[in-house]
Amino acid sequence: MELYSGAKIRGFVHLYIGEEAVAVGVNQALREEDAVVSTYREHGHALARGVSADAVMAEMYGRATGCSRGRGGSMHLFDATHRFYGGNAIVAGGLPLAAGLALADRMRGSTRVTCCFFGDGAFAEGEFHETANLAALWRLPLLLVCENNLYAMGTSLAREHAQTNLAMRAASYGMPAWTVDGMDVLAVEAAALRAAESVRAGNGPHFLEAQTYRFRAHSMYDPDRYRAKSEIEEWKGRDPLKGLAELMRSEGQLDDRVMEELDKEVLAEIDQSVQRAEKAPLEPVSDLLRFVTSETGGAA
Amino acid sequence: MSTRKAPTGTSRPTTYREALREGLREALLQDERVFLMGEDVGRYGGCFGVSLGLLEEFGPDRIRDTPLSESGFVGAGIGAALGGMRPVVEIMTVNFSLLALDQILNNAATLLHMSGGQLSVPVVIRMTTGAGRQLGAQHSHSLEGWYAHIPGIRVLAPATVDDARHMLAAALADPDPVLLFEHGSLYNAEGSLDATVDAVDLDTAAVRRPGTDVSVITYGGSLPKAMAAAETLAGEGISAEVVDLRTLRPLDDATVMASVGRTHRAVIVDEAWRSGSLAAEISSRITEQAFYELDAPVQRVCSAEVPIPYARQLEEAALPQPATIVDAVRRAVS
Repeated sequence: MELYSGAKIRGFVHLYIGEEAVAVGVNQALREEDAVVSTYREHGHALARGVSADAVMAEMYGRATGCSRGRGGSMHLFDATHRFYGGNAIVAGGLPLAAGLALADRMRGSTRVTCCFFGDGAFAEGEFHETANLAALWRLPLLLVCENNLYAMGTSLAREHAQTNLAMRAASYGMPAWTVDGMDVLAVEAAALRAAESVRAGNGPHFLEAQTYRFRAHSMYDPDRYRAKSEIEEWKGRDPLKGLAELMRSEGQLDDRVMEELDKEVLAEIDQSVQRAEKAPLEPVSDLLRFVTSETGGAA
Repeated sequence: MSTRKAPTGTSRPTTYREALREGLREALLQDERVFLMGEDVGRYGGCFGVSLGLLEEFGPDRIRDTPLSESGFVGAGIGAALGGMRPVVEIMTVNFSLLALDQILNNAATLLHMSGGQLSVPVVIRMTTGAGRQLGAQHSHSLEGWYAHIPGIRVLAPATVDDARHMLAAALADPDPVLLFEHGSLYNAEGSLDATVDAVDLDTAAVRRPGTDVSVITYGGSLPKAMAAAETLAGEGISAEVVDLRTLRPLDDATVMASVGRTHRAVIVDEAWRSGSLAAEISSRITEQAFYELDAPVQRVCSAEVPIPYARQLEEAALPQPATIVDAVRRAVS
């Protein structure tokens, strides 16, 4: 956020602060060979998937070392080696893609899972419903994870949905659908694991609604006038990071010294990725037209 | 990409529809990653009969009927391509493809660039285009020029049985998304399929009829009309060269400019609306690249600026016809 204010990072940036338990919990339940399709609020998903902080930071700086070589920016992080398929700025646009990835696996008899993250806003788009229908009809190995953070930009769930029980609506397509506390990483992991295993076992798509909240505005341009301060403070009281730390302390798995070290480690990693991004080369303007079509040629 | 073999005279009559089906069948036989999906492609046999019989031969896994959800199944085709398959997606008509425009433009055409070269999308999307069958505005438009506007995709318009037979294989060999526009009025058209041709080159336009007085530049469903016009003009002593673009993106400027360099006059026939059309683009390129070769202003024959009407006489009047092409050529050579 400071880098954005300092004009080091530009464009739309959608912070994930407050929703971390969802990305971490779900990715804990996934395997290396699985695929992840994400949205424009995907920094958390990318990092939890294993994409390096260096590659993410450099991309936000628009550098050649960025995970999308400066073509994507904050909203379009990609990493083929981690099967991380973005990074989609069109709400619900990633859902059909995820169904297709799952279809490819299903047609080849693979047991891989494709996981698609999207928000409550995407639930109002036709593409969610087209995908849910297709995935259930064809029993695709797809894990649909709806991050319900209660707001589609500035529009609250109740103002955009005639029926706000999302899991019930997903279940109407004939797929198992569960709701989980998206502020509790252990609960998310347990639910995601159960869902992913069932998907892997060939039981078709599963839907998981994680009830969560973003502590920051929709994007860096959002004045956030549509939410009561008290509501934000109330949710901050359920901070997933603090919640996990408290639980671990109470069970004797964490103390002040370890916590301090962890904080230091995280800050050092961020600091290092910022420094590396600052020093990284720019993608040359002479390469502007690269990657519009493949460079391997059209030979079979 | 393989080159065209010299014809040896072995040829057989085939319809455009059958040629497309042969191309599909060959692709399905040759590569297990290839599958066809779309509305009514299976049990129904394709709404234009292109995939008739393929379900029986290849089964429902590879000849896959989809719900009426263009965005969903076109997006799934793109995802399956990302996942290593070689999907051929059929959309009934170009008008319906607008429901999938988000997936085609924002994903298929864009993912390779946005991902810095990591994710190529080898999907082929087939659809019908064009008017002439009294189907009314929502089944009759020619919007391939809109798609030709988009970087990152290849746009094909087979006009002959040879192209209908072989373009699919070339499209599937392309690592990037390819859109194939089949003109609805061509499905029943019979042609002589050259048995010695086993591949087509997607990078070059074809001179279908050599001439010396004027270049008639066209593609797809307008090609037979341009050929008929050229025949009429030959009777009047005007020698028209007919250029079939075949690939609408990327355009083969070299063939077009070479033709204009020979004839010094150009008439562009494009069934889309004139404003902001592919015809406008080609005219502009001729002005940019071959202005001093021109002996007359470039002429354009396009559809009337009206949603294509149902009534036969209105529809006919809205579309380019051999007679209107003849008139435009006369204006160019006068």
